[in-house]
Amino acid sequence: MNIPQFFRLTVKRIWIAGVLGMCLLLPGCGLSDAPVLHPKGPIALAERDLLFTAFWIMMIVAIPAIVLTLFFVWRYRSGSKKAAYAPEWDSSWKVETVVWLVPAAIIVVLGTLVWQSTHKLDPYREIASDKPAFKVQAIALDWKWLFLYPELGVASVNELSFPADRPLSIEITSDTVMNSLMIPALGGQIYAMAGMRSELNLLADDPGVFMGRNTMYSGDGFPDQHFKAHAMSEADFTAWKAKVSGEGTSLDAETYLELHKQSIANPVAYYSSFETDLFKLILRKYAPIVGPYESEAAELICRGAA
Amino acid sequence: MLGRLTIEAIPLYSWVAMGGAAVTVGGGIAVFLLITYLRAWKVLWTDWLTSLDHKKIGIMYVVLALVMLVRGFIDALMMRAQQAIALNNEGYLPPEHFEQIFSSHGTIMIFFVAMPFLTGLINIIVPQQIGARDVAFPFLNSVSLFLTAAGAGLVLISLAIGKFSTAGWTGYPPYSGIDYNPGVGVDYWLWALIVSGVGSTASGINFIVTIVKNRCPGMTYMRMPMFTWTTLCISILIAFAFPALTVVAAQLALDRTLGFHFFTNGDGGNMMLFANLLWIWGHPEVYILILPAFGIFSEVVATFSRKRLFGYKSLVYATACIAILSFTVWLHHFFTMGSSANVNAVFGIATMIIAVPTGVKIFDWMFTMYRGRIEFHPSMVFTIGFMVTFVIGGVTGVLLALPPADYLMHNSTFLVAHFHNMLIPGALFGYFAGLNYWFPKAFGFKLDAKWGIRSFWFWIIGFYLAFMPLYVLGFMGMSRRMEHYADPNWQPYLIVAALGAVCVLLGIVCIAIQLYVSAKNWGSARDLTGDPWNGRTLEWATASPAAPYNFAIVPTVRDIDAFHDMKLGGTAYQPAAAYEDIVMPKSSGLGPVLGALSFALGFAMVWYIWWLAALAFVLALVCVGIRACDDESEFIIPAAEVARIEGAHLGQITSADMHDMRDFQPVGPASGAPLPGRA
Repeated sequence: MNIPQFFRLTVKRIWIAGVLGMCLLLPGCGLSDAPVLHPKGPIALAERDLLFTAFWIMMIVAIPAIVLTLFFVWRYRSGSKKAAYAPEWDSSWKVETVVWLVPAAIIVVLGTLVWQSTHKLDPYREIASDKPAFKVQAIALDWKWLFLYPELGVASVNELSFPADRPLSIEITSDTVMNSLMIPALGGQIYAMAGMRSELNLLADDPGVFMGRNTMYSGDGFPDQHFKAHAMSEADFTAWKAKVSGEGTSLDAETYLELHKQSIANPVAYYSSFETDLFKLILRKYAPIVGPYESEAAELICRGAA
Repeated sequence: MLGRLTIEAIPLYSWVAMGGAAVTVGGGIAVFLLITYLRAWKVLWTDWLTSLDHKKIGIMYVVLALVMLVRGFIDALMMRAQQAIALNNEGYLPPEHFEQIFSSHGTIMIFFVAMPFLTGLINIIVPQQIGARDVAFPFLNSVSLFLTAAGAGLVLISLAIGKFSTAGWTGYPPYSGIDYNPGVGVDYWLWALIVSGVGSTASGINFIVTIVKNRCPGMTYMRMPMFTWTTLCISILIAFAFPALTVVAAQLALDRTLGFHFFTNGDGGNMMLFANLLWIWGHPEVYILILPAFGIFSEVVATFSRKRLFGYKSLVYATACIAILSFTVWLHHFFTMGSSANVNAVFGIATMIIAVPTGVKIFDWMFTMYRGRIEFHPSMVFTIGFMVTFVIGGVTGVLLALPPADYLMHNSTFLVAHFHNMLIPGALFGYFAGLNYWFPKAFGFKLDAKWGIRSFWFWIIGFYLAFMPLYVLGFMGMSRRMEHYADPNWQPYLIVAALGAVCVLLGIVCIAIQLYVSAKNWGSARDLTGDPWNGRTLEWATASPAAPYNFAIVPTVRDIDAFHDMKLGGTAYQPAAAYEDIVMPKSSGLGPVLGALSFALGFAMVWYIWWLAALAFVLALVCVGIRACDDESEFIIPAAEVARIEGAHLGQITSADMHDMRDFQPVGPASGAPLPGRA
């Protein structure tokens, strides 16, 4: 068998496999619970709607561009006998005006949209609600998420629970490399950076369980660095509070140092209390100031060891 | 003596790494044996490696790019295969391998495929398009080539000795810092970037000067072909952007090697400073890769529509706008770092503004086809495929430029799909179009069109199969760079994407067959006139392949489509009354030597072999000194020899070989004079 023949056969087989694969696998596969397309909170919904709006506005230019390209290719193919031929025609004020001004007008519309939506959907902006925001502190570790609940005085690893009827306000930092905290069904992401504090404000429509993860590649344990975010009804949340305060151990400085060690697919863990000002101490660990430390715990956390 | 280089650097610990090393080393040995068998060492050294002829340097760049394309594509295939099977299991690649593979894939494709490919095409064509006999600095050109090759060599050797970076092609600290990544991988990445970055900067400067100073009489700026215009713009971008990359890489190297704290977590370091500096290079880099392809599309679409390019001035201004705006948008790569809404909105809007001149270009090419006579040469087919596909990438790009939408899609496979959607049709298809279009100019015979068309279909179908599922996966919440995953809904899409990669593989195989078949049948596809496609710009006025001096008589240009104008006016293919002596640069072995020394320097810095680093650096300075003191770097081609070469070329052209220009003859009262609308 010479090369072209072999090639043609292989091509045929791949083609058939590809087409079959598409037919079998693609229809609707899992799209009905794609978190970005079916958001579960007002922030994510607004971000998705913005995406869709911008998409349809751009179709004003994109569809003519694609259709006209293909039409011209067909119409003015060299074999065509009917088509006009104007080899010297190389400029037209009318065409130029349209092709500059129409995209420019669309960008003016989209630019206005950017300005308004970026301010409205600023992740740092507190979400208006008749109830106070539920504050959580999130700390990225290798390769897990630690959540502190200052209001409750408890902490959890790889699980985030909050009352569904209150806005969620997360303070974020990292005690390792850069991470990025995201709960796609509730809204966008913000980086977690050591020595720096960032914020993310989210809100769930209803009680539910949502996938959350670090989206910023951070090493070997990265694929498993995800958690479940539980938006709970009042009763469930009270029960959860009781469970965590009851059965967990305390996250003091030494326990934190243990937790800080690298671990992959860390199981969910609860702590009934955590070291005073733990979040601030982790921020301070990377500040360009050194001792004297105000407490033994501060020294432990900032120096990474006793 | 050998720093941290020990026997443990040989990857005996895993079959995947060992396999990669074996293929790399085996490939090297095979090439060595083949050259020895063909007794081609002397020819290779005297005619190629030491040559300062811009056309040969260009060919070597393209060969480097094609070799590295195969390596970078194997990486892609391995990643697709891993993700297609790694649902709730480790697949066949442990995390560390997977991480090295996605890091090397990006690094290779950007720095050692796209950059040398476009630099190679520019080298072969731009001097001929502007009627020049050479580039401004022929020796610097050779040094640039071998610095790029040295960088590529560092990436390749990391497979066999040590490991490559696991920090991704962008190498964000602190993950790429010494605390989290103590091995040699990131150092290989850094030194490959530093060494090749210096080469790229030098070639950018070289082409700025070449285009500004070496244009032939009559070629005003507004008569330069579009490819030359895009080259000028990207050369300026290179000269301003690459230093940022070299500096940021040097800073990270200082952090890693000497314990500095530019980008560390603590002690006053700031990792976002790295992100800013990297993308101040990185965003212009996107246009450095894409604009030359736009130039190629402009040439191809006019030639194969048999028409003047529509909206030349518009295209020039659009190119310049894109080049300037490309420096104002870098922050959109990290909207999610938590900057204020004002900052994000400004950068979002700036990003969208770039869509306007880019859209204009698409419409100008479209109206070039309008009332044309389109011939489906492979380069034209790649151009059409680009126009349709690139629009989709542009749309998703504008979506990502909306900061609130970016919060959702950042770091997802949607982003991966978007930038492949820009770079595969936008850059690579352009280079392939350029390869098919200009191959006869470089080698004197045409590439087989049938296999060219086949490669196009596999590439474009493979592209859609491989990347449309990734857009969908982004909506489903899949992050990029995942070695395995737990969501069974993702797997079908990843399998389709893997099939797409196989399809692209066949596209690459088609290109290989195309090159083989064309070389085998070269005698029947010879290009005797130097103008196989009835081209319009000046590079088609030279012989194929062009004489070392390109133009025996420096041409005088009256029109944008200079050679088209000469053919119409009957001044093409005319022997000169008298020829002159031509001064050309002598070959120099110092280019490859400097490349080898830079490789040694990079290798030594990676492994902490300080004496070797110092030695290589000093020797490199000595080489530069030797060259600077060399006052006899040129030789003369006597007029008689020029007359002989020109006579032989013109003698073989019969009127039957020449293109029928009757369709293009101006009609009406304007005939004889340039038509209105010409610059």
